[in-house]
Amino acid sequence: MGSDGKKREGKTDQPSLEFSDPPPPFSLLIAMAMAIKLSLILLFFSSSLIPTFSLFEDQVGLMDWHQRYIGKVKHAVFHTQKAGWKRVVVSTEENVIASLDLRRGEIFWRHVLGANDVVDKIDIALGKYVITLSSEGSILRAWNLPDGQMVWESFLSGSMSSKALLTVPANLKVDLDSPIFVYSGACIHAISSIDGEYLWKKDFASEGSVDVHQLILPGGSDVVHAVGVTDSSQFDTYEIHVKNGGLLKHTSASFPGGIYGEILPISGDRFVVLDASRSVLVLITIENGQIHLEQTHISDLIHGSSGNTVILPSKLSGIFSLRTDNGIVFIKVTGEGKLNVMERVDKTVVISDALPHSEGEQAFALVQHGDGKIELSVRLVHDMSSNHLKETVKMDHERGFVHKIFINNYVRTDRSHGFRALIVMEDHSLLLLQQGEIVWTRDDGLASVIDVATSELPVEKIGVSVAKVEHSLFEWLKGHILKLKGTLMLATPDEVAAIQKIRLQSSEKSKMTRDHNGFRRLLILLTRAGKLYALHTGDGRIVWSTLLQSLRTTSQQCAGLKLHQWQVPHHHALDNNPSVLVVGRCGLSLSSPSALSIVDAYTGKELQNMGPVQHSTVQVISLPFRDSSEQQLHLLIDADKRAHLYPTTPEAANIFQRESENVYWYSVESEAGILRGYGVKKSHSSDTPPSEYCFETRNLWSVVFPSESEKIIATVTRKPNEVVHTQAKMIADEDVMYKYISKNMLFVATVSPKASGPIGSATPDESVLVVYLVDTVTGRILHRMTHLGSQGPVHAVLSENWVVYHYFNLRAHRYEMSVLEIYDQSRAENKDVLKLIVGKHNLTTPVSSYSRPEVTTKSQSYFFTHSVKAISVTSTAKGITSKHLLIGTIGDQVLALDKRFVDPRRSLNPTQAEKEEGLLPLTDALPIIPQSYVTHSFKVEGLRGIETVPAKLESTSLVFAYGVDLFYTRIAPSRTYDSLTEDFNYALLLLTILALVVAIFVTWVLSERKDLQDKWR
Amino acid sequence: MKHTKSSILLLFALLISSNSAFQSDELLADDEEFGLEGGRSPDIDVAVPSSPQIASRSYSSPQPTRKRSADSESDSRVQFVLEHAFGDSSEFSAAGTFTARLKSSAHGGQTLTKLRFSRNDLTATDKEKFKKLLETDDYYRIRLPSDVLNAPGRDYVISSVKARCLAKDGLDEHIHIHMEGVNILAVNYGSSGACQYPRQLKLPAKWSFNSHTVLKYSDLAPRTPIFSEDIGGNEIGDDEGIKPMVERSFWAKYWMYLVPLGLIVMNAVTQGMNMPEEQAGGQAGAQTQQAVGAVPRGQGAAVRRR
Repeated sequence: MGSDGKKREGKTDQPSLEFSDPPPPFSLLIAMAMAIKLSLILLFFSSSLIPTFSLFEDQVGLMDWHQRYIGKVKHAVFHTQKAGWKRVVVSTEENVIASLDLRRGEIFWRHVLGANDVVDKIDIALGKYVITLSSEGSILRAWNLPDGQMVWESFLSGSMSSKALLTVPANLKVDLDSPIFVYSGACIHAISSIDGEYLWKKDFASEGSVDVHQLILPGGSDVVHAVGVTDSSQFDTYEIHVKNGGLLKHTSASFPGGIYGEILPISGDRFVVLDASRSVLVLITIENGQIHLEQTHISDLIHGSSGNTVILPSKLSGIFSLRTDNGIVFIKVTGEGKLNVMERVDKTVVISDALPHSEGEQAFALVQHGDGKIELSVRLVHDMSSNHLKETVKMDHERGFVHKIFINNYVRTDRSHGFRALIVMEDHSLLLLQQGEIVWTRDDGLASVIDVATSELPVEKIGVSVAKVEHSLFEWLKGHILKLKGTLMLATPDEVAAIQKIRLQSSEKSKMTRDHNGFRRLLILLTRAGKLYALHTGDGRIVWSTLLQSLRTTSQQCAGLKLHQWQVPHHHALDNNPSVLVVGRCGLSLSSPSALSIVDAYTGKELQNMGPVQHSTVQVISLPFRDSSEQQLHLLIDADKRAHLYPTTPEAANIFQRESENVYWYSVESEAGILRGYGVKKSHSSDTPPSEYCFETRNLWSVVFPSESEKIIATVTRKPNEVVHTQAKMIADEDVMYKYISKNMLFVATVSPKASGPIGSATPDESVLVVYLVDTVTGRILHRMTHLGSQGPVHAVLSENWVVYHYFNLRAHRYEMSVLEIYDQSRAENKDVLKLIVGKHNLTTPVSSYSRPEVTTKSQSYFFTHSVKAISVTSTAKGITSKHLLIGTIGDQVLALDKRFVDPRRSLNPTQAEKEEGLLPLTDALPIIPQSYVTHSFKVEGLRGIETVPAKLESTSLVFAYGVDLFYTRIAPSRTYDSLTEDFNYALLLLTILALVVAIFVTWVLSERKDLQDKWR
Repeated sequence: MKHTKSSILLLFALLISSNSAFQSDELLADDEEFGLEGGRSPDIDVAVPSSPQIASRSYSSPQPTRKRSADSESDSRVQFVLEHAFGDSSEFSAAGTFTARLKSSAHGGQTLTKLRFSRNDLTATDKEKFKKLLETDDYYRIRLPSDVLNAPGRDYVISSVKARCLAKDGLDEHIHIHMEGVNILAVNYGSSGACQYPRQLKLPAKWSFNSHTVLKYSDLAPRTPIFSEDIGGNEIGDDEGIKPMVERSFWAKYWMYLVPLGLIVMNAVTQGMNMPEEQAGGQAGAQTQQAVGAVPRGQGAAVRRR
């Protein structure tokens, strides 16, 4: 994307100097009379030179906040045996295991397993260990329940991949050990729950290709039952001795129909499964070592049901639930093996597992979604007819449907049994319901942020009513009296609390209005659940949240993809609120239809809901054009390479038609290894496009990477909103270098296909990393450079005229960071001052991508200790402030690294002039200064991205890092040179000025008097 | 002076660097099959008979044709066709032929050297099409096979340029071919010099291409400096640690204190010298005030009085 010849005109006319960040030393050729003033200025500077990115302990939380999340809960295990430990252990889709406080929902402890370490099952063993099975059943870990310390860890090796099942027997003792049974990798493993020691292993690979579905330990016996299916046409049961893993019995029965889904246990010797056609229920009964199969047509049980039948995985003893197109049916299995339909409920009902209640009773919960409320009912398995408990809870619309429910019982104060339910909602939030109320909620959708945008807050209204003023005056007085009391130690505890509250409320940083420095913003976050959140940067609170209706309308799985600024009112449409565009996709393939919606950034209302539109969306391009209502024009490219223009108004089409000749974009086909550039086809073509907002495109250029030697692993472009202050860079010997600044520059990194695997999979000779700088308008390769013996993963950031990228050097066995700076040679002659004055320079001429660029590059590599998860760069309002790289390290922290460290011109012995310029002597490694972690003591677990937004104050940049956790702070890379720090002593300044004024006055009077005396003499 | 010197040096360096990759498109006497050098053709009418010949050659182009009198076994000649299209509607057609020598290096890789390009002359219809392109400010597109040996390889490498950028004095074209072994990664096509957006319609004076071709290979990245074992590391420590401290003289360090001090001393001295005079003149009251006032004035007065 881009428009040739129009991009770089903006800043060309003043060849201003590069800003050097320490303030210039001012000469001290001032005599005695200036001494006071001088000391004052010195005081001023010294107070403003307090470093801001390394902060003091008590400054934590002043301008940063950190929020901890866990993600959408998959499994939950309650642990409430002892009165003191009211907690629930959960595992989530973000691969987090956490122990939550049941009273308040706070995290006791939490562990984020890696992205590849998916938690399969969790359970509690011995009442004190949390057992987790992860990585497709290959890692078994035990964590200490109270504090989350890892107790032991076992790696289970299997012969082939299979399901992962975990069974923790409640009270089984085998030779002083309490074994845990794990089925994974087509083997049954028995592991001691005390120390994780291997007891025995039974390999099923030798038994034919059996696929075990259930691992059951009937109470009291010392036999493990494994129930499985071979080739989906034969049921197999195995009885295995718990002591040594010896196979006691193997029975099988063939079932030619094939099965669909999982085998569900009904009781210790009964199982139920659907056949392949999903129309017959098969009841499996094991009796005297024989398998009996009994088939029942679903149409006989339920009249008028169609094919989409599923057995729900809720384990209710003696009962199972079946979901059909019409609703959910509970079916009871009688002692004789008869199936009886018990009840029908609505399709949206969610059912929990059964919970042993009292005296062999079993209870389970179902949740039904009503209008603005949910109905929770607890029923007893043996008595389905009535609700044991029924509660109605008011529920926010924006949380969507209930997805999961886990129940737990407790003993009430009157000795009766109460139930509490943990429910997981559509927006991934977690709620605890008890006594018909929501005890706590956790917005865990925020653990899966996909995209971030920011929005300005509304301008503060100037006109304020008189009543409000009077009220605020009264409040103000009251507040001051309170504060006075507080300082005089006269306040009661209540009043102290009130003072605290006033302080929090009046705190500037959490106001809902625009501030002068631009620190207060709304962070708009799109989450994987399709929910949009707006967070206030001041304190991180949720201002509004919206479950996007456009992503929920169809039965297909729609997911949000991208967030774009849609309308940012600045000049014309100031009455309108800013809005954002959310682009989503309904379906898994690239060609599935897309969903669009436009959301008001102040209120969270969906202004426009363009449900599933006909075309797909592969790429979204924000064009640099706006219509009269300041809506940004967007091009959505579909899978057939057609461009769709939004907003679909005649005005927008007009604007686009005018500029379409200068609109270019590119696509990266990583699989094929091809970059292609496109332009819009002129409309006079014979085949008419489907609508006037749809444009045919044409391929203008292509770059084909040889498939046998190069594979694209990373592409990076400049941020579209980045501002570059100066095009020229003053270098040491009073020379000028002109930066090659093009918005249409693309950084591409390729590696040899052999080296695209993990580090260590290729030898240094086989792995080559090639980096490219490509102009995306013409497809011109501006620079191309080969790193021998290096491989990915490559993380890169492109800003101004430089790229910094991080990769692994196999020869040096270390990570490296390289910098590539690109300079424009065609402007190099503009050094003559005379020419500049006369105007014979080419600085104001627009630059076209079609002109042949004369560029020169400088490059240098440095070792860097950490591996990197994300890399970003600070951005400021005018681009004057020097830049810091923000590096998301493997330890989930964000490190700020001065760009001057990754300067390609660093040399071993810099000359005096170079030193003055701020060039550092060359070192082989980049320093990691502990104070420069912007996240200081916090960890942003599962760090995925770092977003920087310029504040209005030039020196400051807002940084938002997201992963499972969220972290926000603001940093000033060259220190806050343009504002006084918060602890600046204004009183001293005033006092000094006052003293000076008095001194001037006194000396003036004195001198007048002296003059008078002289004249009288 | 300094700039011109450096720019000459730079130019020289560029010349040297491009020499290694660049092969002149100059016509060689012994290559009778490339008798018509595209850019140099003075007579445009000759184009018609020459084109079928080139077309027939383009059929054989996918196979690397070995030169009859090959210099060595590892050297063989390779041809590939440049195709062009006028705007969106027209199909690609042969526009010229590249000839290069395939050189096998010691470690198995093959590279192209001695690239030569002969462009076909534009036919009358081509010229018409090109004129139309110029009028509509549309794209002139070229393509090359991505694999030289098995053309067209996986896909064609395409490049395009606004036709008006080419039409300056003549049809001036620069073709930069980025190679990786025998694969063509990308081709950068365009004219030299600026080509800014509101492009003026200008018909070329000569309907013949003046072609410049360059083969480009990848640069090697500079190696990361390693200081751990070599002497450089020690030197740095010494240089940075002690030398600057020694180097700075007393004056360099404390001039900012010494200068005001000197001024004060001078001021005091002049006052001391003035004092007897003023007492003699009977202006005792004025001296304190003068001392507090601006220093240079006091000094000047002292000089005047002396």
